[in-house]
This record gives sequence, C-alpha cells and structure tokens, in this order.
Amino acid sequence: MSERFHSITVTVNGEQVRERVDARKTLVDFLREDLSLTGSHVGCEHGVCGACTVRVDDEIVRGCLMLAVQCDGARVDTIEGVSDRGEITDLQQAFAERNALQCGFCTPGMLLTAQELLATGGSPGRAQIREHLSGNYCRCTGYHAIVDAVEEVAKRRAGGSK
Amino acid sequence: MKIVGDLPSTLTALDRPNSYIGRAVPRPNLARLTQGRGQYVSDVALPRMAHVAFVRSPYAHARIKAIDTDAAKKSPGVIAVVTGAELSEVITPWVGVLSHLKGIKSAPQHAIAIERACWQGEAVCAVVARTRAEAEDGVERVSVTYEELTPVIDPETALDSGTPVIHPDLGDNLTFERKHEAGEVDAGFKQADEIVEATFVFGRHTGVTNEPRAIVADWNAGDQRLTVYQGTQAPHMMQNLFAKHLAIDEHQVRVLTKDVGGSFGIKVHTYADEMATAALSKLLQRPVKFVADRLESFVTDIHARDHRVEAKIGVKKDGTITAWEIDDLTGIGPYSVYPRTSGIEANQVVNLVGGPYKCANYRARARVVFQNKNVMCQYRAVGHPIATSVTEGLVDLAAMKIGMDPVEIRRRNLIADDAYPCAGPSGIKFEKLSHHAALGKLVEMMDYDALRAEQKRLRQQGTYRGIGIAGFIEVTNPSAAFYGVGGARISSQDGATVRLDATGAIICASGVTEQGQGTEAVLAQCVASAFGVPIERVRVITGDTDNVPYGGGTWASRAAGIGGEAAWQAGKALRQNVVAVAASILQADPTSLDIRNGVVVDADSGRERIGLDEVARIAYFRPDTLPPGYQAELMATRHYVPRAWPFAFTNGIQASYLEVDIETGFITLLKHWCVEDCGTVINPQLVDEQVRGGVVQGIGAALLEHCIYDERGQLQNGTMADYLVPMAPEMPDIEVGHVVTPTTDSELGAKGAGEAGTAGAPGAVANAINDALQPFGISPITAIPLTPDLILRALGKI
Repeated sequence: MSERFHSITVTVNGEQVRERVDARKTLVDFLREDLSLTGSHVGCEHGVCGACTVRVDDEIVRGCLMLAVQCDGARVDTIEGVSDRGEITDLQQAFAERNALQCGFCTPGMLLTAQELLATGGSPGRAQIREHLSGNYCRCTGYHAIVDAVEEVAKRRAGGSK
Repeated sequence: MKIVGDLPSTLTALDRPNSYIGRAVPRPNLARLTQGRGQYVSDVALPRMAHVAFVRSPYAHARIKAIDTDAAKKSPGVIAVVTGAELSEVITPWVGVLSHLKGIKSAPQHAIAIERACWQGEAVCAVVARTRAEAEDGVERVSVTYEELTPVIDPETALDSGTPVIHPDLGDNLTFERKHEAGEVDAGFKQADEIVEATFVFGRHTGVTNEPRAIVADWNAGDQRLTVYQGTQAPHMMQNLFAKHLAIDEHQVRVLTKDVGGSFGIKVHTYADEMATAALSKLLQRPVKFVADRLESFVTDIHARDHRVEAKIGVKKDGTITAWEIDDLTGIGPYSVYPRTSGIEANQVVNLVGGPYKCANYRARARVVFQNKNVMCQYRAVGHPIATSVTEGLVDLAAMKIGMDPVEIRRRNLIADDAYPCAGPSGIKFEKLSHHAALGKLVEMMDYDALRAEQKRLRQQGTYRGIGIAGFIEVTNPSAAFYGVGGARISSQDGATVRLDATGAIICASGVTEQGQGTEAVLAQCVASAFGVPIERVRVITGDTDNVPYGGGTWASRAAGIGGEAAWQAGKALRQNVVAVAASILQADPTSLDIRNGVVVDADSGRERIGLDEVARIAYFRPDTLPPGYQAELMATRHYVPRAWPFAFTNGIQASYLEVDIETGFITLLKHWCVEDCGTVINPQLVDEQVRGGVVQGIGAALLEHCIYDERGQLQNGTMADYLVPMAPEMPDIEVGHVVTPTTDSELGAKGAGEAGTAGAPGAVANAINDALQPFGISPITAIPLTPDLILRALGKI
C-alpha cells in the first residue's frame, strides 16, 4: 500500500520538519505523537469541543478535523510556539489573574480562539466575545471568567497600555 | 473589571501578619497550563509503552457465545488480544456494596465481561498494540458472537414480576431501598389547607470532562512494582484497589496524578477498563496506556441522576409548610459502582429533601434498581440537585397554590439563623447555617422588587420572563460517616507534610489532589500563613502516593476544609520547630521569636533576627555548631479529620432570571445569582469560580444535557454533536455573594464550596421557567432537561 504513507514538510512553530505520516493521521495526533507538542489537546475528535485548536497558515482550525498530510507545505502554529514568541503573554496573564481556567485542558484552544478575535482590534462586547468562543467547550469555569479576561485584554490593548 | 479582588479576612485567630487567608492569590500552576506545558495523563509516553483499545458490546444485554481473536492477533502492530476469561487470571472481580447502606446488593463485576455483557459499551475483549490506531484496527478484526438477551430498561417496571432479573443470584432487580419517617406526617397533611403533589423527573446526564478518562499502567517486573499514571481524584483509594485486585501489596503500587483535565466526580470511581489496563500491564510486563475516546466516554463514564420523584407538600394559608413526602426511584445500570456504591445518591436525596426548612414532618422512600444501561454513580453535588429541585419546586408550587410570593413563603419557613445547632427533617445535623442572611443578601443583590416590576411590565407587552429561587444545603468535609464506616478504604482524614528546604523555602506535600479547583493555591495559602513565609516560597506537591501523606483526595468538597486544615496545622508545627532551631542558634527564648515574611523576628518588636536561609544552612550543613544533643527537626506532618460533626453542612441560595420565547420554547438566560456560605473563605476568587462553574454545570442539567436511551438500551446521542453541553453564548453572567459562618470543628473554619453551584442551579432555572409561564395557567413542568419541546407541549403548541 505505497500510497498510505506520505512525506510531508511542515513549518511548525517556525521550525521546518520533514516526517513520513500515515494518511489517516489527524493533524493534532501528528503534533502530539510525532512532534511531542502535547499542548494541543484531544477532547472529542469530532470537531465540537475545540481543545485541539491550532493555527494553519494563520487561520485557526480544528486539529482533529484536518489530516496531517493536508498540511504539507503549510505553516502550523501551536500554543507552544505562540507562547514562546510572546504573542499572547498579556492574554495568558489575564487568564491566570482572573482564574479563567481551572483544569486548563481547554485553555490552549480557548486562548488561540480568543486571540483571533482580539487580533481584529476594537473592544468587543461580552456577547460578541461569548459568540466568538462558541466553539470552545469549557466544563470548569462556566465561561464568565474567560469572558472577563478576554474583555479586559481587549480594553488594555485598545487603550495601548500593554 | 477588578482582576484580583482581596476580601478582608474575617478571621481573628488566623490573623497572623502576612496572612493569605481570605485573599485572592493567583494559582501557582496557571502559567504552565496557559502555555500548553501541562502534563495530563493523555500526554504521558513511556519506553515500550503499548496502547489498548476495547471491543465493546453493541447490545444492552447479551450472552457472549464466542470470541474469535485470530484475525486480530495477525493485525499489524497488535501485541496481544485478551478476553475477559484470560484477564481474570490476573485480576479479581469486585462488588460495589457498603455495610452502612443496609441491604444494598450488587453482583461481581469483571474488568472485562465474561459470559455476559450487561450494557451497551461494556468491554468484552482487549486489543493491545503498538499504537492506539493499530489497537483500534485490531478491535475491528475481533469477531464476537452474541445471543441478545431481553434488556431491563425502565426503572418503573424493573421490579415487576414479569421483568427479567439481571443478576438471578440476587433474586430481584432491587439494589437498595431506604425508608424514613419523622415527625407527624399524616397529622401534618391533615393540618394543611392545601396539599400539592407533583412528579419530578430528572434525566440521565454525564460529566463530559474535557480530557476523557486516561491511565498509563506500568508493571515493572524487575522492581515488582506497578506505577499508575491516572487522572483520578483519589490516588490512595486507587492504590488500594489496584493492589487488592491484582493480588499485590499496597506498597508495590504507586499512583501518580499530575494534571487532570476535569473530574467533577467522574474520576473518583473504579472503571472496569482502567482496572483492565493495569491488569494488562501486569500480564504483558510493559506499560499500557488507555485513553477513552469521546464515544467510549459517553457509554462508560458514569452517568448521573436519572431519578423520578413523586412528591407532596402540605401548606397552610399563612404559608406554613406542614408536611413533606417523597418517593424516589432511580435506575443505576447493571452494577453498583465500586467502591462508593450507586446507593449513595438516593440516600442523599432522602437526607436532603426539606433540609433548609423548619417543617420536620417528613416521609421518604427511595428505591435504587438495576437496569441494562451504563452504570450510574456519584457526580458533582451527589443527590443535591434532585433534593433541591424537589424541595424548592414543591415550595414554589405551594406558594402558587396559596397565592404567596416565593420569597415570602421561604422567609416564613426557613430555619431561623439563631436556631442552631439543630437537625433537619431527615435527622441530619446542622452546626450553624445562615438561610435568612443568605436570602436577604440574594434579594438585595438581584434587586428582587425591581425585577418583579420589570417582569410585570414586560408581560403586558407579551414578553415572558421568570424569576426562580432555590435555597440549598450542601454536604461538605465528610467524616468517616460517608464511606469509612461502611467498610470502604476511602480515607476521610488527610495529611500534610511541610519541610524547610536547604535554602529556607517550604515544600508541602498533601494527600488532597488538584484537578483545577485551585487546591494547590489553597494549600500554599494555608502553609504560608501558618508558617510565615511569602507564598512564592511555598511549593506544593500532590498526587503521588509514594511521596504524600495518606489521604482521601478531592471529592465531596473536602480539599480546602480538610486538606487545608492539615496544611495549616503542619505549617504551625514546622514554625515551632524552626523557631526552636533559631532560638538555639540565637540563644534566645523560643517564645520570644516568630517567623514573619520569611524571616525569624522578635515576636514583640518585629525586629529581624535571622533569615530562614541561614537557619537552614546551619541546621543542614553546620549542625556541629548547634548545642550538644540538640537535633533540628525541619519537617512536620499533621493530619486532620472532622470529628465534631459527621458533615460540615453549608447553605446558600440561587436565583435565575430568564425569558421564555413562547413561540419557539427557547429560553434566554439573562442573569444568575448565588449567595453561599462556605464558612471561612480561604480564597474568594477560587470560591466564586467554583460556584460559577458549578452553576453552569447545573444549568446544563436543567436545560441541555440528557443521555437518551431507546427501548433496547441503545444510547441515542453519544457524541458531542448530539449531546448538548453548555457553551459560552447561551450562558449568563453569574453574580456570587457570600455569608460567612465558619465551622468550629477546625481552626480555619473552612467548609467546602465545590458543589454549591450544581446543587441549586437546576431548581432555580426550573422555578424561573414555571414562573415565566404562570400567565398561561398550565401545569408546572417538573421534568429536566427542560427543552423547548417540553415547553411547547406544555403550552399546547405541539
């Protein structure tokens, strides 16, 4: 079955990786199992919970609904890379200060989704924030604290204070 | 937004300089988790690690006639294919009963089914392979021949003579029955001007932890030790159970619990597939990993609730409640879950109904029956949402009947705040609660009168809003009365070991565990305050049976109240020890010294005398300079268990404000309030977030979550696309307020707060919906989840 395994070249968090992957392997399994990037989590494997959210060519995607082979030639960014670059340090601090995470399992996906909204600029209202996070499941917080943290960062960024 | 709001400490005895008690100290482990640097069990990878996937019964009840494993064994990457009979060579079955639940019975449950599968999803064969994908490939190649048996599905008919008995050796399908009668029930109903009856129905739902259950078991034949990485709430309980059923000694088992992706009571039970994973590791002498996928989670994570309660209340025209009566029936699947049993929830319902109120005329019956559905057991706020919804639903129905405001009828019947200590209708003992203070605070927070006025005004415009109130009591800080007296090796005490390290920092090891509640922050606050160091100098270790004191773990809202007290006491003990060392170095009277902000000081003047780093340096590296015969003791352990009261009951009250679209049946949650009294608030932010998260879990039960089975026992909606959970847009902002009534059973005075939100929210939401629908004169809806479908049917629209 020569077509089953494919060589792919992907730029993951700025580093070029070449791997041979099973055609059926999802992007999130590839990141977690082949590259040991365990910050992206597997919650439902059918595209509902958002725990596996990563960025492919600057767009957030569900790592469980995309195959690794589909990322050949693409740029993939995960929570590890986004953290190391300092892109969302203010958002991460706000989450910690506001206790906007409890078990933390949804948090990497939640942060990447929130950052997508924040990157558009402006000061989104609470309803807009809730709507934007509608595809990320959190069982612990009840969402209120997450909305608080995102709202706070939006205000700070709009105010240019940090 | 105020990110970290400090509440002034309400404590006096605890009011040491630099006290962290009562402060919103951020949790030490959050930076790691926000950066994707956590270590969940699903992340663990070990050398030679294999993966197991299970063949699961497609039938609710079936005889296993034959299992053909030949093709699976030849599948690429497959290491072993193991049936239940083969696995039973290394692991013994278990029976989920407790001696203090009189008459409770269950049948032996195997790690992998042998002969018979008793629910859809029960594992009947294991395939171990190099990768999970290859294990799943192998599963598809296992051929099982079943003979389908008649399933027992409906609890209502489970005890009928014509219904098959699931476990013939037990004689019938009755797991457990409890009856209770107190006061003058018949006389109470006779005194009543009105008697209201209703049947409350609570759908089955489940935990849907974001990280599914996960375990890596590593039997090292060289060490003759089993190391288990497990997302569990109770590592020592699991250590005992692995040892017991794998026929090894407890000291041969180490359970490690690092980050856990949500638990809520789901991860405090014995799961057959997790026990099987440990047994497979012993059999194969290599690490074996099992992570439930989401579809497996829906059919194997314990389900919760599934109660039908026929209930009755008597009330006088002046609002006085004169009697209560309930008859609870619950179906718990084919086995009582080990080791906590599936009888506890019904028992709690009997204990808790009517709990906030003065009326002590109370009759109750609860029956727990077997059925061929997934097992059911204790989930966040065990029994509380049932008891609260029934009690508060009845109180609202009574108020409606006599035309009294829901707040007023509660004012007239709640136990007075100065009546304690006293007992509830079921005989449960209350040290001190604050129902009236909480109600007063709630009414003020929500501006009740203004909301009522707004509701009235909007009704005239054809907008139907409702206000629902639900008061509750919560069992926290359980003593041995919960499980220990029934023979389960589940510790009610907990320990903390605190030591001064060689640079003057503090390490605290505790038997309670962290699954996101903030346990580690709370422990650090207790130790830092008691010992006298900045909190940054305290590091907390939990979740390692080799390295923490023996304890029960985190469940029943016990971590802060019990684990926190042990840490507080250990911190105090170590302070004494370290002061003694400092006194001997300084040749001072130990009673004249204290430790504040990480420095040994004169107790009176606060003058700095010697740093902790210097004390540690001398004690560890130059003990030769200490007086002859003097031995520094730089590690202290203390244990704590509540003794004065079986449980530290807390109380609180919630309110929901919502709008019902009478054309679509859709509900918009506008706002939710909760006032709760968990005694001393160690960390107000963590308490508030426990409450908020709990409320939303309760809202899920009230409106969305439902495990729907068909008549053949097939789960119809076992995916996250079909089973609805609360998501951000539909959830309201939640305002939290506090009344503080510390328990005198501990120095800290902290009671639990983890389940209050879940206990009260379903009742508040259901009452609000019925309040919104009052103008239509329809019978109140007393079933949850309260779906648009139910609402439209009640309104006669479909």
